[in-house]
Amino acid sequence: MSKLEDEVRQILTERSPWRGFKEGEWQEKTDVAGFLALNVTPYEGDEGFLVPPTEATEALWAQILELMKLERDNGGVLDVDVNTVSTITSHGPGYIDRDLETVVGLQTDAPLKRSIQPYGGIRMVVDACEAYGYKLPAEIERLFTEVRKTHNQGVFDAYTTEMRNARKAAIITGLPDAYGRGRIIGDYRRVALYGVDKLIAEKKRDLIELENGAMLEDAIRLREELSEQIRSLQELKRMAASYGFDISRPAASAREAVQWVYFAYLAAIKEQNGAAMSLGRVSSFLDIYIERDMSEGTLTEREAQELVDHFVMKLRLVKFLRTPDYNELFSGDPTWVTESIGGMGLDGRTRVTRNSFRFLHTLYNLGPAPEPNLTVLWSEMLPEAFKRYCAKVSIETSSIQYENDELMRPEFGDDYGIACCVSAMRIGKQMQFFGARANLAKALLYAINGGVDEKLGIQIGPKREPLLAETLDYDDVMKRYDEVLDWLAGLYINTLNVIHYMHDKYCYERVEMALHDREIVRTMATGIAGLSVVADSLSAIKYAKVKPIRDEQGIATDFEIEGEYPQYGNNDDRVDAIAVGLAETFMAKLRKHKTYRGSIPTLSVLTITSNVVYGKKTGSTPDGRHAGEPFAPGANPMHGRDRKGALASLGSVAKIPYESCRDGISNTFSIIPKALGREEAARKDNLVSLLDGYSVCGGHHLNVNVFNREQLLDAMEHPEQYPQLTIRVSGYAVNFIKLTREQQLDVINRTFHGSI
Amino acid sequence: MHSKGRIHSMDTFGTVDGPGIRFVLFMQGCALQCGFCHNPDTWSTDTGRWMSVDEVLAEIEPYVPYYTRSGGGITVTGGEPTLQAPFVARLFRECKARWGLHTALDSSGFCDPRHAEELIDATDLVLLDLKLMDRERHAALTSQPNDRILTFAKRLAARKQEAWIRHVLIPGVTDGYEDLTRLGRFIGELGNVSKVELLPYHRMGVYKWAQLGKDYPLEGVPTPGDDEMRRARAIVNAAREQTGSSGSGHSTESCRAAAVES
Repeated sequence: MSKLEDEVRQILTERSPWRGFKEGEWQEKTDVAGFLALNVTPYEGDEGFLVPPTEATEALWAQILELMKLERDNGGVLDVDVNTVSTITSHGPGYIDRDLETVVGLQTDAPLKRSIQPYGGIRMVVDACEAYGYKLPAEIERLFTEVRKTHNQGVFDAYTTEMRNARKAAIITGLPDAYGRGRIIGDYRRVALYGVDKLIAEKKRDLIELENGAMLEDAIRLREELSEQIRSLQELKRMAASYGFDISRPAASAREAVQWVYFAYLAAIKEQNGAAMSLGRVSSFLDIYIERDMSEGTLTEREAQELVDHFVMKLRLVKFLRTPDYNELFSGDPTWVTESIGGMGLDGRTRVTRNSFRFLHTLYNLGPAPEPNLTVLWSEMLPEAFKRYCAKVSIETSSIQYENDELMRPEFGDDYGIACCVSAMRIGKQMQFFGARANLAKALLYAINGGVDEKLGIQIGPKREPLLAETLDYDDVMKRYDEVLDWLAGLYINTLNVIHYMHDKYCYERVEMALHDREIVRTMATGIAGLSVVADSLSAIKYAKVKPIRDEQGIATDFEIEGEYPQYGNNDDRVDAIAVGLAETFMAKLRKHKTYRGSIPTLSVLTITSNVVYGKKTGSTPDGRHAGEPFAPGANPMHGRDRKGALASLGSVAKIPYESCRDGISNTFSIIPKALGREEAARKDNLVSLLDGYSVCGGHHLNVNVFNREQLLDAMEHPEQYPQLTIRVSGYAVNFIKLTREQQLDVINRTFHGSI
Repeated sequence: MHSKGRIHSMDTFGTVDGPGIRFVLFMQGCALQCGFCHNPDTWSTDTGRWMSVDEVLAEIEPYVPYYTRSGGGITVTGGEPTLQAPFVARLFRECKARWGLHTALDSSGFCDPRHAEELIDATDLVLLDLKLMDRERHAALTSQPNDRILTFAKRLAARKQEAWIRHVLIPGVTDGYEDLTRLGRFIGELGNVSKVELLPYHRMGVYKWAQLGKDYPLEGVPTPGDDEMRRARAIVNAAREQTGSSGSGHSTESCRAAAVES
């Protein structure tokens, strides 16, 4: 190509970033979904077109692996900039190797150097610095203690005595009251499609529209938020300019589109240390730009894969400064950069594109990894070649999770994404107030013990006479349990109201919300832990004889079970109906309460790895689980109690109704390779059939792990040989060697299908 | 009479005993006592749970879409299913009548073919385990000579009943050149064999022997490696081809991954 042609092309490019796109309403108003529907190119073929990494990719990735090793050797954190509070523009440009990077931008001025983000809570920053051998300057601590209030301080100013007690007893726990709540997905694609200036202009129009009417709390808050959003977008432009890019205009090429999307996401993570900072659904959006460049002859497959590889590398480098405590709850230094891939369009065409394959292919070009959290939106209608490729990737890397597009599309349309693990939301049109979870197993013990906490020995729940009969009576227990759940639902929603009021006030997600519509749907995303423990406990009380063993204080500290009882995980309606009823009942109780900002209550059955911690904090339960033993993760049956094989186990979980658990139902499926079939082709086919079947039966989510127990045991002993061993836990993937020993054992002890 | 079967257990997601995803029913009771058995808890004929055909069908029903979608079906194994042939025959007939399921019988072949005719009528595929061609050593390994088993195999061939032959490769016990050659020749002469699976001996059932208070007779025997599996496959294939009736497209498979695991 001559130099002149090159220049002409560049001029044309700058003139019309939308050249070649099908025209539509998306040009008049912000409508990424409409743009996608008109312009996406579904791909029905197989993975044959994929290419290996370029030399630049290999060289860059080698440098990153070295840095990650240094980080591990350094006790989990490579470096911390303790002197600079992170904002969108706080740090100058940072590079890994400037000559090799096709996508640029880091959270600070150096890779893996963590920043301090105190708006969620200064204590978390102080403790995290200390834990990793750094010292936060006294001036910064004073600033965020005496001068500028944080979210954490606001919450504790408003918490009631009962809320503090519930938190201490861990009947409600994992609450985002000391750090960023996360689980909000900015529509980062808008920056690429429209450029920042157009987005600012739209927000300014919104402000003008809100000049009339009574100036009361809602209107005042919204005006302040919009002004903050506009300010954050201007900062976003400045940050990009520091790397030499003008993102005030739309992206005009694939490379720019990737870069623009990444800058927008980078601004979000520089501003917020949220529990989950998910990416949304960008792969098939970016495919439109890649297809256009390829048809114009300006991009090759090698270059396209390189762009995706480099983008994904950046996503793998996302790091936050958090305390070891936090990691005990959410192990493995997670960030939940969840990317949703595939699914079907409302027009009946698949949303699988070549770029869906390229994203999954990064697991080969860069090796397996927990981040980004690759989530395939599964439907029986997906192209067969894509399904088989997913199965292959699962079998070889264990790095994908699957969620049922057939359940979610009717509710959320065809442009939703998953935040964190299993939380679906319309991108740019919906957000959630993350609410962690209530411990329903502990609540059952409160019903038996008259509201006294079995671990602390003090009154936490409503005071009632404890159940003193020699053998527990099912009806008595259920009546009491219902009262405890009434109390818990009210307390839980009130607690979340306090948290999210304060988060909006002191730790508002400016740039993420700038990439949302003005009017959005908000959900109050509650969760439960211990579903299978409670289902089995109630089943034991109903179908066997359960005798509490009480200590001198009268607290039931253990239970004696006489006889057999049906157990959750065997597709047995007698007990599965109890689990279903529990989810429905608790959801109905939550719905009765008033929520902050008119948010709609939802429920998830998800624990990630916190099932270990919840178990630790809960006494013996009537199902025969001993005090301190882990719960099953998410909606999984308890370890070893599913005795009829994988399909019966999946059958029980698939019964938990999505209508009552709109925030997701997590199931982790671990299987040894041999148990999927003797030959490679059969393994893929069988996994595809299993996923199709689970989807058709109404199952919501499935983590798929394919590995041997021996391999995991070996990795525990020789972690240095398994730097990239990735496994899926409830709703999320982690780097196995970063789990605590306790969590590693929990993973290994979980039901492995076909272990004999 | 025979209206109920004695059941050891079931697995809703079987993928290694026949094609596709399968419901695997383990029958209780076996007349052999193989030294390498990984399910010695299925030997006894006076334990297990009595279930009617209808009860077993109710266990299968929720998963039928998985089995049909994947080209799978039902496999009855054990224990030795032919010991309860009338029950299994009725179960198979019902599975076919209700859902058109593919039926597979996983057997040691240690039974009188006359007692199994009705069962074979309702069977699409027999997974027949041939352990050793040598009569005396077979008796030493399994507690019984192999006459009945070989007769059963020939009867299946005469009926043109599709079969897969399975042979567990135990180093130093069932992997001799002469043994494998005789096995290959025998298979080659049958003419009804669509697949031969060489299964690497594994030690994952050893703990069950300990639980049952039995001494494990193959203590110290290693699991075969990839090279040994390849060698055995080559020997069996060569012998099958010599007989000239091995049929094109039929292959001797072995499971490399299983060898890695065991």
